[in-house]
Parts: sequence; C-alpha cells; structure tokens
Amino acid sequence: MSNYRLQVLICGGTGCVSSGCLDVQEALIESLRKHGLYEETKVIKVGCFGFCEQGPIMKVYPDNTFYVRVKAEDCAEIVEEHLLKGRPVDRLFFKEPSTGERYSHHRDMPFYQSQVRVALKLCGVVDPENIEDYIAVDGYDALAKAVTEMTPMQIIDTIKASGLRGRGGAGFPTGVKWETAHNAKSDKKYVICNADEGDPGAFMDRSIMEGDPHSVIEAMTLAAYAIGADEGVVYIRAEYPLAVNRLEIAIGQAREYGLLGKNIFGTDFSFDISVSLGAGAFVCGEETALINSVQGQRGEPSLKPPFPAQVGLWKKPTVINNVETLANIPQIINKGADWFQSIGAPGNSGTKVFALAGKINNVGLVEVPMGIKVSDIIYKIGGGIRGGKKFKAMQTGGPSGGCISDENIDVEVTFENLQKVGSMMGSGGMIVMDEDDCMVDIAKFYLDFTVEESCGKCTPCRIGNKRLFEILGRISEGKGKLSDLDELRDLGVIIKDSSLCGLGQTAPNPVLSTIKFFAEEYRAHVEDRKCPSGVCKGLLRYVIIPEKCIACTLCKRVCPTECIIGEPKVTHVIDQERCIKCGACESKCPKRAIVRG
Amino acid sequence: MSATTDAAKYAELDAFIESLPSNDGALIPALHHAQGIFGHLPFEVQNHIAHKLRIPSSKVYGVVTFYSFFNINPKGRYKVQVCMGTACFVRGSGKVLDEFVKELNVQPGATSNDGMWSIDGLRCVGACGLAPVVTVNGKVYGRVEVKDVHGIIYESLAKGE
Repeated sequence: MSNYRLQVLICGGTGCVSSGCLDVQEALIESLRKHGLYEETKVIKVGCFGFCEQGPIMKVYPDNTFYVRVKAEDCAEIVEEHLLKGRPVDRLFFKEPSTGERYSHHRDMPFYQSQVRVALKLCGVVDPENIEDYIAVDGYDALAKAVTEMTPMQIIDTIKASGLRGRGGAGFPTGVKWETAHNAKSDKKYVICNADEGDPGAFMDRSIMEGDPHSVIEAMTLAAYAIGADEGVVYIRAEYPLAVNRLEIAIGQAREYGLLGKNIFGTDFSFDISVSLGAGAFVCGEETALINSVQGQRGEPSLKPPFPAQVGLWKKPTVINNVETLANIPQIINKGADWFQSIGAPGNSGTKVFALAGKINNVGLVEVPMGIKVSDIIYKIGGGIRGGKKFKAMQTGGPSGGCISDENIDVEVTFENLQKVGSMMGSGGMIVMDEDDCMVDIAKFYLDFTVEESCGKCTPCRIGNKRLFEILGRISEGKGKLSDLDELRDLGVIIKDSSLCGLGQTAPNPVLSTIKFFAEEYRAHVEDRKCPSGVCKGLLRYVIIPEKCIACTLCKRVCPTECIIGEPKVTHVIDQERCIKCGACESKCPKRAIVRG
Repeated sequence: MSATTDAAKYAELDAFIESLPSNDGALIPALHHAQGIFGHLPFEVQNHIAHKLRIPSSKVYGVVTFYSFFNINPKGRYKVQVCMGTACFVRGSGKVLDEFVKELNVQPGATSNDGMWSIDGLRCVGACGLAPVVTVNGKVYGRVEVKDVHGIIYESLAKGE
C-alpha cells in the first residue's frame, strides 16, 4: 500500500451504490489515467462511512479530505484541482445544515464527533474484498492469540467480563450464551450468525457485512473455538445481494489463507462457514424460527426452553449471535475486557450502532457509546429535524419497539432505560418523526407489517394483531369509538402475555406506546373526528380560507371530481360530499389558501 | 442463465440439487435456484423439486407460500418495487406506491394482464439515506416524489429490454 502516493476511498455500501458511486469510481479512474496519476493513486472501494444521506462519499488520503455527494462529473475537477495541484474542491465539502459551515475533515463534523466506532471501526477503512487489508490492521490476530494461547474457557471468561450483550435486540449476555453451549455435551455443535436484519429501517448489520466481513468471520471462528463447534452458518437476507457477495468472497479468501478449514493455525481446531439465504420472512430473525428456516422448513418458531444453546440446529447445541455482536468480539479479545467495559454505561458496556433515518437532517449509520442521550443523537449527531420542523417522536426497535416522545427525549440509551419509557433497543433502527406524522397512522403501519409477517402458528399473534389492526383502521377512518382505545390497550396486553415468540410478544408495542404518550391524538381521532397531523385520509378535509382566496380558479381546473364551486372573482368553496381528498388543489393554490382542516 | 428450453432449465436445476452436500436443508437453496432459472415457481417446478428431494409437494408448497421472496405467479417484464421500510414510509413512499398503482392500473403484488408491469411493496432495501426508494428491474431511484412517478415509468419503457 505504501507504494502509492495517494489513496482515494470511495464508499461502496448499498446506499452509495444506489446513489451512483460505481459511476464515480469509473469517472475517477478515467480522469486519473488522463492525467497520468493512475499508477501512483490507489482507488479503493470501501464499506459504508455511515453518512448515507450525503452519498456517494469520497475520501482522499494522505490529507484525509472528505467529499460528499460526489457525482461522476465532479471527478475531473477533483483530479485536476486537488490531486494534481493540491487545491481541495471546497464546494464538495459537507455543509452543516443548521450552521452553514463547511467541513473538509470528517473528524471535525458534528455527525462524527460524538461517535465511538468499535463495531464499525473498519467500515470505510479497509477494502472489504481484500483480506490483506484486514490482516494489515491486526485482523485475525485475536483468533491467532485465542487458538494458540488461550483455552476456550478463558475466551468465554473474557467475553463475560466485558459485559457484551446481544445487539440483536434482547440484550442477553453473550458470554453466558457461549458458556451454556460450551457446557452442553454433544458430538457436534454449531455457530450461527444471525444476519436476517428484518427491521425495516435498520441497516447496520448489512453495512458491517458489506464493509468489514472478515471481522464477522473471525468472531464466528472465535465462538466456534470457545464452544467446540466445527461448523458455522451465516443466515442472511436474500434482499442484501451485495452483502452476500462480499461475505462469500471473504469466506473464500479466509479458506485460502487457512483461516477457515482444517487445522487452523496448525492446531487441532477446524472450522468452516457456509452461507444460508433467507427468503423474506421477518420472523426468521427469531432464533428458533431461524433454525427451522436453515433446516429448509417454514420459519415458524418453537417453544423455548430448550434454548438453542442446548438444543439447536439439527438438535445440536448452537450459538446464535447477531452480526453487530460478533463485530465487537475480535477487539475484545485483542484489547481486553476492561477496555470494553471502559466504554458505555454500567451494565451496558460498549457501543451500539443505530440506523438514524426519517425526518432528520443527517441520515446515516451512527455508532455511539451506550448511555448517550437520545436528544444528543437527534440534535448533535443527526443535525436536528429536517426543514426546521418540530420533533414529535423517535421510534426505536422497529415493529417490536415503541415511540419515545418529547417528554422522554433526554433518556440515556441503555437496554433497561428504553424499556422503561415504553420502547426498546431492538436491532437499532431509529426513525425520527416530526409534527406532520400521525401516530395512529404509524402504529397502523407497524401493525400492518406484523400482521403480514406473523407466521400464524399461535392464535394471539395471528388473530389478535389482526384485530388490533382493524381497530386502528376504524379509528383512522373516523369510525372509532372511545371504547376502542380501552380495547386496544386490553388486547395489546393479552397478545404480549400469551404469544409464543418474540414477534407476538412485542407486536403490540407500537400501539401501546403511542396510545400512552400520544393519548390526545388518539382522542382527537375518535372524539373530534380529526387527524391533527392531516394524514388520515378518512378524517381529512380540505377547506379554502376565504380571506386568502383570490378566486383564480386554478384549483377548480385541477380538481378531478369538479367539486370546487366558484368562478373568477367569486371566492371558491370545496363541496365536502364530492371531495376525494386527493390534495391536487392544495398543491396548485398559489396563495396557500387551501388547508387541511 | 443460459438455459432456454424447459428441458435445459430442469437439467440445470437437477444439476444444482445434485451438487448440494445433502438433502437436509436443501429445499430453500433449491427454491432460490429454481426461481433464478424459471423466474417464478409454478406448481410443475414445485412438484419437480419435491420429487427430486423426496419430500411431499405439500411441504414444498408450504415453504413457498411462507416466504415472501418466492413467487408462484410470474412477475412483469418491468418489476417496480417501492420500499415500504419505515424510513421510506415516513418520507412518503405510501403515496408513491399509490401513484404507481394509479398510473399503471396494477395492484401491489399483482402483474398487469399484458405481463408488462408488476408492482410490489418491498421491505427495506437499506438505502434509507435515499428515502423514499423505488427500484425498477433493479435500477434504484432515490428521493422519489409523486411527481417523479410518471417520468420513471417512461424512462423504464424508453430503455426497453
């Protein structure tokens, strides 16, 4: 690597690929060739930098310049001005929306300043398709140390002492899980990496696999050594083709280097990994359902106990860890449990990666120490709400989680705290909502998801959630009764108590949390027959403010049902009986005289 | 996929199934591969796989219908997928989906009668920074608004196949 004078890193994560990074790479190489710089410049497609909102992102070394929203047309200028003449292209620096300040280095940007990168340490640093890059930054050191110097029990003790808890959502201590599998007597054991990231709006696991697949492979191998397994499976969503591809490349390279396969590091320890594709079922993120799916069956969960660590894949003891959990492990072995404990909050050591999305300025992947305040994530890292709107709620935990309202915005992020305020950690989706979002509609959106994804095995989840969804539908259409609110609460609690697996036990959370923190909004829907945010179509009314109307007939001409009455110089009125609430008039009115009321 | 005739397609599928180390857990990989070859999973293909793996076709049908990734019916020549992940939803993907339904006169999950268009709501493609996201035959359109829908349809048609 040192033979090159310059290095240009281009983000090659799914987000940036979608926004055209491959064209950028091509244009850049072409420009470099044109100016005779290609031989001395190394162009590397790396994993996600995390700042997806600003993609495609390009980083230039040695001066560490950070360019955002780079287009193929910009490449000639970057090469001619920056790489050739040493004058960075200012207009491609990131501009902080709230202050208008431009930043040339990522470390100065508020988005990165409060972050602590452990699981994402190598994302955007190494070439994910080159094992040498990973080895150059101490990759596979932890594995070498473990299999040659440590006993399996020493590894388990280190993980236990680090306090690492499962990042998939439940927060179960990883070391304890490993110990259970270690103690189980069996001729065969398995390690499974759960990469079935189903929470819509969470993409941290995908980014880790795309950006740093070797750390996952190394960690699985460490787990295998610790529990005595010789076979591993990565269960990954088929919707993530890029991650599957990079993972397969990485596994192939690890095999080539003897880091997977027989007699790893010349010891008796042998281990290999295969990839198993999911097929689009959210419930397969649940451990027992996942095992059934790997076995080629319908992904329906089974009753626990026995836990997979005792009776798992093909009825053998199996450790199942989430991608992000695994990504922490090599560093814990390398740097020690005390180092990991020094990050985060008591009982919640380490960091958590969140996928920050929704109505926020800086959408992207952020890794923060546990114990950080939600408000800091939104305002310091996220740069506040888009378009200067008012914050309404932050949804965490996806379809299993709840909404954190304004009154709890200063809560410190830990597994326990989030549960206390009616939400949960979940896998790490954080969706920010503003004043334009209707909480009844959001609850309905999540219920729609769970109803569709419920596997149908147990009655409370299959039928109960459907009933919840129907009641929400009634409320959003303006046909709700006050007693519906009590029924939502009662039914929600019953479903939580009586469902078989994690999906059903958490499915009512979006309803229960919104009904608790946004009770006024629910009441407005049923009592006043109004949707305060103007989202629910059944309750929507478009009205023309007579004082503002200039009687220009623009709205009248665009109305598809011809329900606007009026003529030039006569103030217009909407006939509510015939209005289909399409909103065409609202967007056409030059004076903003048409409002949702 | 080079196989064009049905016989060649089945031969390719058989070769794949035979290359798997064992029949245990082989069903889902076989279905993925079959869908790659045939584009969808009609009953004949399901029966063929059942026969090959020596399992009841009811089990194959049960698995195919359980997972949303598998289709029994063919998709359109132009596959429109609108991301319905939460990030896209709060930024208005529901309205974008409605607009596609209106413009193309095809319901979500269905295929138009002439076999040209199919529309599906998709579960999070993970490009939340570009929300709302629409893909047409794999090409990604980011930050899509209702007014862009018409253009996307025509752009796809103009490119043809």
